[in-house]
Amino acid sequence: MLHPLWASTGRLIGIIARLDRLRALLWLLGIAAFTLIVPPALSELYGTQALRDEMAATMTNPAMTAMLGPGALERYTVGAMTAHQMLLITALVVGLMAILLVARHTRGDEEEGRLELIRSLPVGRLSWLGAVLVVQLAVFTLLASVTGFGLALLGVDSMDLEGSLLYGAVLGATGLVFAGVAAICAQLADSSRAAVGYAVAVLLLCYLARAVGDVGDMALSWLSPLGWVTKTSVYAANNWGPVGLLIALAMLLFLAAHGLNANRDMNQGLLPSRPGRPRASRFLQRPLGLVLRLQRAGLWAWAVGMYVLGISYGSILGDLERFLGNNEMLGQLLGEAEGVTITDQFIAMLMIVLALSATIPPLLTVHRLRGEEKKGRLDSLLAGAVSRSRLLGSYMVTGAGNGMLMLSMATLGLWTAGNAVLADGLPFGTLYGSAAAYVPAMLVMIGLSVLLTGWFPKLLQLNWLFLLYSFVVLYMGDLFQLPEWMRQLTPYGHVPRTPMEEMAPLPLIGLGVLALALTAAGFIGFNRRDLDAS
Amino acid sequence: MAVLEIRELTKKFGTYQALNGVNLDVNGGEIFGFIGPNGAGKSTTIRVLLGILRATSGQAQIFGKEVWRDAVDIHKRIAYVPGDVHLWPNLTGGEVIDLWVKLKGGGSRQKRDLLVQQYDLDPTKKCRTYSKGNRQKVALIAAFASDSDLFILDEPTSGLDPLMEQVFQDCVMDVKKQGKSVLLSSHILSEVERLCDTIGIIRQGKIIESGAMRQLRHLTRTHVKAELRQPVPGLAQLDGIHALAAEGSILSFEAESEAMDAAIRQLSQCGIVKLECSPPTLEDLFMRHYEGAGGGVR
Repeated sequence: MLHPLWASTGRLIGIIARLDRLRALLWLLGIAAFTLIVPPALSELYGTQALRDEMAATMTNPAMTAMLGPGALERYTVGAMTAHQMLLITALVVGLMAILLVARHTRGDEEEGRLELIRSLPVGRLSWLGAVLVVQLAVFTLLASVTGFGLALLGVDSMDLEGSLLYGAVLGATGLVFAGVAAICAQLADSSRAAVGYAVAVLLLCYLARAVGDVGDMALSWLSPLGWVTKTSVYAANNWGPVGLLIALAMLLFLAAHGLNANRDMNQGLLPSRPGRPRASRFLQRPLGLVLRLQRAGLWAWAVGMYVLGISYGSILGDLERFLGNNEMLGQLLGEAEGVTITDQFIAMLMIVLALSATIPPLLTVHRLRGEEKKGRLDSLLAGAVSRSRLLGSYMVTGAGNGMLMLSMATLGLWTAGNAVLADGLPFGTLYGSAAAYVPAMLVMIGLSVLLTGWFPKLLQLNWLFLLYSFVVLYMGDLFQLPEWMRQLTPYGHVPRTPMEEMAPLPLIGLGVLALALTAAGFIGFNRRDLDAS
Repeated sequence: MAVLEIRELTKKFGTYQALNGVNLDVNGGEIFGFIGPNGAGKSTTIRVLLGILRATSGQAQIFGKEVWRDAVDIHKRIAYVPGDVHLWPNLTGGEVIDLWVKLKGGGSRQKRDLLVQQYDLDPTKKCRTYSKGNRQKVALIAAFASDSDLFILDEPTSGLDPLMEQVFQDCVMDVKKQGKSVLLSSHILSEVERLCDTIGIIRQGKIIESGAMRQLRHLTRTHVKAELRQPVPGLAQLDGIHALAAEGSILSFEAESEAMDAAIRQLSQCGIVKLECSPPTLEDLFMRHYEGAGGGVR
């Protein structure tokens, strides 16, 4: 018989497992697939030890160590390579998965009032939290087994059973640690959103502390659970110690969460809740201010993300010539071009990737208008003296500004790192010019979203498919030898690929005009149609 | 003078006829009660008036301007409170109130602070923590703090407690005193009865009854309950007497206005011990229209 505090936990475990069956499964499959496609790809790309040693040489710099942690670079087998390049990043994703799953069922269910009903039943005070954590235990054990055995079954020479199981176990144990972190944050924060925020902040802080520690003072990385992840030295020394540490920490966190939960009132956080502003600032009292305010947090996160993306590409520019010279497949990916340095070629390719990535946040911004409409929040705004054009315009302008900011951040990151590692440096003007050439194409994408919002709001999400199409065609077009007209279909295909090609103003003007026409048509449509009821 | 004028308004969603020739007038300084069951077309009418939906045919004007074409102009002088208030979860109540008031063109800060106090709202809390009633308060405060000439209120009190309901009614009477108009759509008939000068009943996208409260009462029956010393012989033969029932010495019936005089004459001859007359309620009127037409919900 369980203590009354945990009455009916068994039944609740069943309910939570049922509720999360699809969500957890999708996370699990996603992470397993992400892990299992890499080793075969690496074996293909870096078939010989010579190639792998080249790769190891490019990895020997502080920027890469900060990003990926230390690796077994002196014996860079396919296994060691996988562990070095993938394990920490995957652990980060697993941590995020744990946080989202746990926050959803702790503060999330509490906030929606579902837990109130559960607690009115003959159920113990700690049963729900206990059940949530037991389910996580099962989910992450499953994750560890699927990835562990999956990796072993790939049959790559340098990936033995022990190493593979260790790889899986590290991921599973990391998941449990952050499930514990999320469970504790759920007790401290005053809303489910804040709980996720605190937990993600802890996750990033762990990553950062480890980065600082790995580059300089080693002691600091021992303070971070994510530091322990790379200390396992999977597929090299196969250290099981850190896994034990992770599991012990997870159990400690679980216990602490229970202790805190027992002393907490429902819907209250243990940290005092900070009162918000009683009045709106002058800035907020306009549609444009509102649009910006609503996505403030997302804007910062994306800007930092784009900068880091730029840095990570920029940091490999230094060893590029030596490295790419030997790799046929990557050479093919870049396409053939005579009389251009391989660095210029690579930068031109990077620009496409950066421009396409930088288009994601502005599209998210513009698409939010439709989201607000579906949530019924536009009625109150339009019932004020705000015209539809002004409202759509606020989203459009924010989107365009957002896109330019993101592109600038990515370019800045690329330049910061590239300039540091390239012997001759990287001229910022040229680089920024190549990036700016993508602005008209980006405006065409934003214009397309405006058009869809105005005329065919139900089809709005199709623009994401178009963006994906652009990526596939432009990034892998040469590899698959796709016909030229497929490239011409996307606005990004018309942008001169500087510094590899000459800058040409005509296509840019054409794209600008197209963007203007799409946007104008969208405004007309939005002024004519009914708004959807919530 | 009519502040709001609707003529033969229709609205189709695909093949579904949501509004089927609505006619309606709200005069200056008048509180108009807009009643009808769920799905009758109240909210659709209001959304057309706000320029959120485009009418299929017919005309709707506020302050003599077209609701669709001149929406922005009109909205400078109207305030709207929806029944289901959707707020941004990460803004505070105070921020949302200021935002809405400002978008309407501004209002008095003193008035806003007074209302926050009267409705007992904590403006420093994030909207995600508010209950339904508190979300409604946010919308009501923003509406009454603005300097509007017409208030369009769509079931604004469904989440309020009786105390706040009273504050709300005071607010409505206050704006009426200032000569402003109110379109109040509501399920709570006692509220409509207490506040409204004129009512319109909508069913299946059509106004089936409208006019001044006082006139409409004439259409309804008064409930009479009397305790008598001896039975009344001729009451059943009178025109306009309905639902006559006797239980021992207690007699009850419903009387149309025209039959009242004759009925009381008869009763007084039979020795009245006790007499109770309850006035016709809006509920009777409402139920009569709906029951008469086979339920009629949707």
